[in-house]
Amino acid sequence: MPGTDALPITITAITKRYGEVFALDGIDLAIRSGEFMTLLGPSGSGKTTLLMALAGFTRPDSGSIRFGDREIVLTPPHQRDVGMVFQNYALFPHMTVAGNVGYPLKLRKVARAEIATRVEQALETVQLGGYGARRVDQLSGGQKQRVALARAIVFGPRILLMDEPLSALDKKLREHMQIELRHLHEKLGMTTVYVTHDQREALTMSDRIAVINHGRLMQLDTPRVIYDRPANRFVADFVGESTFLPVDRSGESVSFAGRQLRVGAPPASAGALLLMIRPERLAVIEGKMPEGLNLFEGRVRELVYQGDTALAAVALADGTEVAVRSGTRSGTAFDRLAVGAAVVLGLHPDDTVLIPYEG
Amino acid sequence: MARPATIPDDGPNAALLRRDALRERRALLGLASPAVVLLMVVMVLPVGWLFYLSLIGEGGGFSMENYARMLESKAYGRIFMTTFHVSFLTTGICILLGYPLAYFLSQLPPRAATLCMLTVLLPFWTSLLVRTYAWLALLQRQGLVNTWAIDLGLWDTPVALVHNLNGTLIGMVHIMLPFLVLPLYAAMKAISGDYTRAAANLGAGPTQAFWHVFFPLSLPGLFAGALIVFVLCLGFFVTPAVLGGGKVIMVSMQITNNIELFFNWGAASALGVVLLAITLLILFAASRLLRLDAVLGGGH
Repeated sequence: MPGTDALPITITAITKRYGEVFALDGIDLAIRSGEFMTLLGPSGSGKTTLLMALAGFTRPDSGSIRFGDREIVLTPPHQRDVGMVFQNYALFPHMTVAGNVGYPLKLRKVARAEIATRVEQALETVQLGGYGARRVDQLSGGQKQRVALARAIVFGPRILLMDEPLSALDKKLREHMQIELRHLHEKLGMTTVYVTHDQREALTMSDRIAVINHGRLMQLDTPRVIYDRPANRFVADFVGESTFLPVDRSGESVSFAGRQLRVGAPPASAGALLLMIRPERLAVIEGKMPEGLNLFEGRVRELVYQGDTALAAVALADGTEVAVRSGTRSGTAFDRLAVGAAVVLGLHPDDTVLIPYEG
Repeated sequence: MARPATIPDDGPNAALLRRDALRERRALLGLASPAVVLLMVVMVLPVGWLFYLSLIGEGGGFSMENYARMLESKAYGRIFMTTFHVSFLTTGICILLGYPLAYFLSQLPPRAATLCMLTVLLPFWTSLLVRTYAWLALLQRQGLVNTWAIDLGLWDTPVALVHNLNGTLIGMVHIMLPFLVLPLYAAMKAISGDYTRAAANLGAGPTQAFWHVFFPLSLPGLFAGALIVFVLCLGFFVTPAVLGGGKVIMVSMQITNNIELFFNWGAASALGVVLLAITLLILFAASRLLRLDAVLGGGH
C-alpha cells in the first residue's frame, strides 16, 4: 500500500512464564526496519508466544517492546496498528471477501467509496481482483490465504506479523506462496515477522532467522550463516540434516580418527568439539586422491533412492555412520555406489564445521 | 484415455464382490431395524391413532366437527393466542437472561465453566414438579419474595406474583433457561478466539469486536436455543397449570380439560393434532430462514 514506511522493532529482555515453564526467557531481538525476520523453532519453543506478544494478545511478565520509538508493551491490540495473518486465516465467515478486507478500513472510518477502491487494490495485490463479492467458504485454501493477507495489508500497517500462514496448504502451493510472499514483501517493504517451524521455509524467505528454543534465542543470522555455520548443536540439528562426529582436540589442532582436519574457520570456543557434516557436502572420491580435502574411508551400508536425490549411509572404520546425499545424475561416482562396497568421502575445509560439544 | 462408463460385469470376482456389497447393505439394514421398530411403536402409531381419534365425532362416526368447533368457538382462539403469547414472552425473557449467562460461561476457564455449568444443570436435573411448587411457595402472598420485599421497603402490600401471568412466566423461564443456555453455550464455545483476536488486530475495540464478530457468529446457536424453548413452551402443561392458577389457559390445559371433564377424546386429539401441525410449521419456517442442521445438531 502506498506511503508505508517500515518501522524497526526492538525487543528487550522479554520474559513470559506459564507456571514453571518459561515460554520466553529474556529474549533480546532487534528487528531492522523493512526486514523479513523469521522466528524459527520447534513447537513449544516460544516463537508463537513472542509473536502474540508483538500483536498484543499475550501480556509478557516483563520486558520492553518498541515499534520505532514507541513503547507498546502496554498498548491494547486494537491500538497497535500492525497487520497480522493468522494460522487458520481467521476470516470472518459471516462477511464477504470485500467485507473482510474492508473491515479494518471501516473501523478507521474511511469513506465508503474509498474503502471500495482500496479493497479492490489490496485484492489485486494478492491477485484476487474481482473476488470481493465471494463468500469466504467458497474460497480454496490458497485463496483464503491471499484474502487474509489482503486484509492484513489494506490499512497500510508498517509492521506485518504472520503466524505459520502457509502450514495449512499442500506442499506445492506452499512453495509457490513462499516465493510470492517474498516478492510481496519486497514490493510493500513493511517490517515482517514470520513464525514457522519449517526450516526450509525459513531459509527460503528470510533476510534473517532467529532460531528459538526453550524461550531463548539460539542464533540470529542470515539463512546462509545459520545453515553453514550453526552456532550450536541445537541449530545444526534443527536446521537441515547433519551427522555429528566427536573429534579430538589439542589447542587449535583438531583430528578425527587420528587424521588432522583442515578447517575453514578455527573453533570459536574452548572445550570439546563436534564435527558437523551436512550430507550433501560430502563427495564420493574415485581414483586419484585430491589435495586439500578432509578424507573419510568407509563402507556403504545402505542406499535410499528418493527421486531428485539419493541418500547413502556409510559406516566409517570406527563404526560411526555418516549420511551422504547426492543428486541422482547418471554416471557420477555416487551413481556407481553399491551396498557393501568400500568408499572414500571428501569434505571441503569450508564445509568442515566445528561446534561446541554440549552435554 | 477414454474408458467405458460402465463397470464390466465380467471382471475377476465381480459377481462375488457385488454379492458382498449387497450382504453388507442388508447387515446395516438389520442393525437399524430395532430403532425403526421402536420409532413405529412409540411415535408413528400413537400419532396416527391421535389423528384417527380427532376425526371421530361425538356420535362415533367420522366427522370434522372437532376441527369445526375450533374454528367457530372464540374460546379456542383465545387459548391459542394465550399459548403463543406466553411462549413468545418466555422465549424473549430466556434470551435476555440466557445470552449474557452463556457468554459469561463461554469466557470462563474450563474448570470454572464446568462448576458454573453445574449450577445451571443441577436444577435442570431436579423434578419439574418440585421446582414448580417451590416457586408457588416462594411467590405466594405470604411467600418469601413478598415478605422480604415488604421488609426491604420495595413495595408496601403483597404483590400478586402467582396464580397469574407473572407466576407462569417466572416459572416457565426458570424451567426453560437451560434449554436455551446449553445449545447457545456450545455454539459460543465453538467460536474460535482467533476471530475476536483478528477483529482486535484490525482495530476493533472489545465492544466493536463483540457486536461485529462474536454476536453474529453466535446467532445460529441463539436461534437453535430459542426455537427449542419456543416449541417446548407451546406444549407446556405442569408449570402454567400450577402457577397460572387457572387464569392462564394454554392448549395443553384445554386438552386435559377435554379428557378429564368432558371425556371428549376426539376434541382433545384434534387440539393435539393442531398443536403438532403448528409446531411442525414453525420448525419448517425456521429451517427455511436459518439452516436447520445447526438447530438439530448436524455437523459442519
